[in-house]
Amino acid sequence: MKPRARLPHLLMAVGMLYFLIPLLWIVIAATKSQADLLSSPALWFADFSLVDNLTALFREDGGVYGRWLRNTALYSGVSAAGATLLAALAGYGLARFSFWGKRFFETALLGMIMVPSTALVLPTYLILSNVGMVNTAWAVILPSLLSPFGTYLIRVYVAENVPVELVDAARLDRAGELRIFWQVVLPMIRPALTTVFLFTLVSTWNNYFLPLVMLSDADLFPLTVGLTTWFNTAQQEAGTRVLFNLVVTGSLLAIVPLVVAFVLLQRFWRSGASTGALR
Amino acid sequence: MTRRRLTDHPVAGILFVLPFFLVVVVFLVVPLGYAFWLSLSSKSLALGTRFTGFDNYVRAFTDPMLLDGFLRVVVFGAVQIPVMLGIALVGALALDAITTRFAVAFRLIAFMPYAVPAVLGALMWGFLYSRTFGPFADLPTVFGGAPVDFFSAGLLLASLGNIVTWAWTGYNMIVLYSALQGVPRELYEAALIDGASQIQLAWRIKVPAIKQAIALATVFTVIGTMQFFVEPYVMSRFAPQISAGYTPNLYAYNQAFAYSDFHYSATISFTLGFVVFVAAYAFVLVSRRRRGDS
Repeated sequence: MKPRARLPHLLMAVGMLYFLIPLLWIVIAATKSQADLLSSPALWFADFSLVDNLTALFREDGGVYGRWLRNTALYSGVSAAGATLLAALAGYGLARFSFWGKRFFETALLGMIMVPSTALVLPTYLILSNVGMVNTAWAVILPSLLSPFGTYLIRVYVAENVPVELVDAARLDRAGELRIFWQVVLPMIRPALTTVFLFTLVSTWNNYFLPLVMLSDADLFPLTVGLTTWFNTAQQEAGTRVLFNLVVTGSLLAIVPLVVAFVLLQRFWRSGASTGALR
Repeated sequence: MTRRRLTDHPVAGILFVLPFFLVVVVFLVVPLGYAFWLSLSSKSLALGTRFTGFDNYVRAFTDPMLLDGFLRVVVFGAVQIPVMLGIALVGALALDAITTRFAVAFRLIAFMPYAVPAVLGALMWGFLYSRTFGPFADLPTVFGGAPVDFFSAGLLLASLGNIVTWAWTGYNMIVLYSALQGVPRELYEAALIDGASQIQLAWRIKVPAIKQAIALATVFTVIGTMQFFVEPYVMSRFAPQISAGYTPNLYAYNQAFAYSDFHYSATISFTLGFVVFVAAYAFVLVSRRRRGDS
């Protein structure tokens, strides 16, 4: 190692510790009973109770944690798939067709990316409550379909990677527009689709404000809202009910799939991040 | 040629964009319009709902609680954003200069907090800060000092800033690192032949080359900061002094769900959205025009 590279390596080591400690803490804490959680050293193991915690986690409140897990997977899966499809259709439409109002819509698209999403949540709640749709899965899924950034990203990707000649050749072969989209265009833009899908999946999985506002029935909660209600109960009852260890174990279980997914799929995030930053 | 081909199927183009357009109308245009419409009226027990024009806006701009919250977020951002983006930039430059396996591991680990839902991140840090659960509060007692109260008035904002920094530094680092990867390497060689040091290379060539990415990361961070909600909302369970109006977004939420004043809540939401939108959009348009493309 060159001597001048020592300082950057040292700084990286410090950074790694900083980013890792909370994650290490939650892994260790999830193996502790509530009593040990309060009394043993925070960053070292006590009696190993992970299995007990997991069993208790799925038993608490009639197994509601399992439902939260399913809800989260359902909301984020359906939202991500839907948002990606809408973004792919619109991104292709904008990149490869010309029609009235297109220029205006493309400029507006840039503005839509800039609209703070939480400013939309409360008015959307009021509108959905007028049509009786709050406190349903749709109230979380439908607003999550809105992904101007995804549409923008796919428009850029199509413009660069789908040759006009290829689409025209398919037209000469008398393929319908929808068939061209499905069989020619979609396979060619798979990396962009994956990126948009992952971004919307993570943002819906992690979303808290939208489901917090929209849902009141605990059976419909995603993990983020469910776990915080448990935490609030634990806090109010000053730990008399055994819940803190379940909040910790439940949080770990909610985090692990996403951390694993993005470590495996890291390059897609990088391509998405760079497209967003460079264009 | 291309132009003619593109205009061949105007109806098909509209049909492709239509589903997305409908979602935009229903979940973006209509909510913004509805919030504005709601903000123009007020509801009271004595008079019911009536049109009050811009009264709600006058109230908002003279509401000390809202102004305090706004100021708090501005102060918070003025410190947290430069610190976070500074660390992210230095990290990205280091990643760009060093290609050891250690650097790859650092890149992965720094990005991990992004996958942690903000609310669970805030909860984790709440535990870590607390005297009963966490390792940090009692650390000074080892050396005979007094325990740290991370939720005290003096430290609360810094404690919140640390949570946000932890969650987003790695993400921004990857954005800037990806931008650095897109800079043509020939630029560096010329500078190195001229005898530039690595530090000079970084500040004189690499940083200017990714100015656009730095600017966009700043815009998105500012948008995020103005919406500050989850961390103070969760931390209010640990730190009861976090008021209903600690941040504007928290205030809007509490106006709606704690005080059932949807008109005033809509006013705050709309104002917040409008201010952020105009500032961010203007910034992006201006910086694009300066670059000389559309």
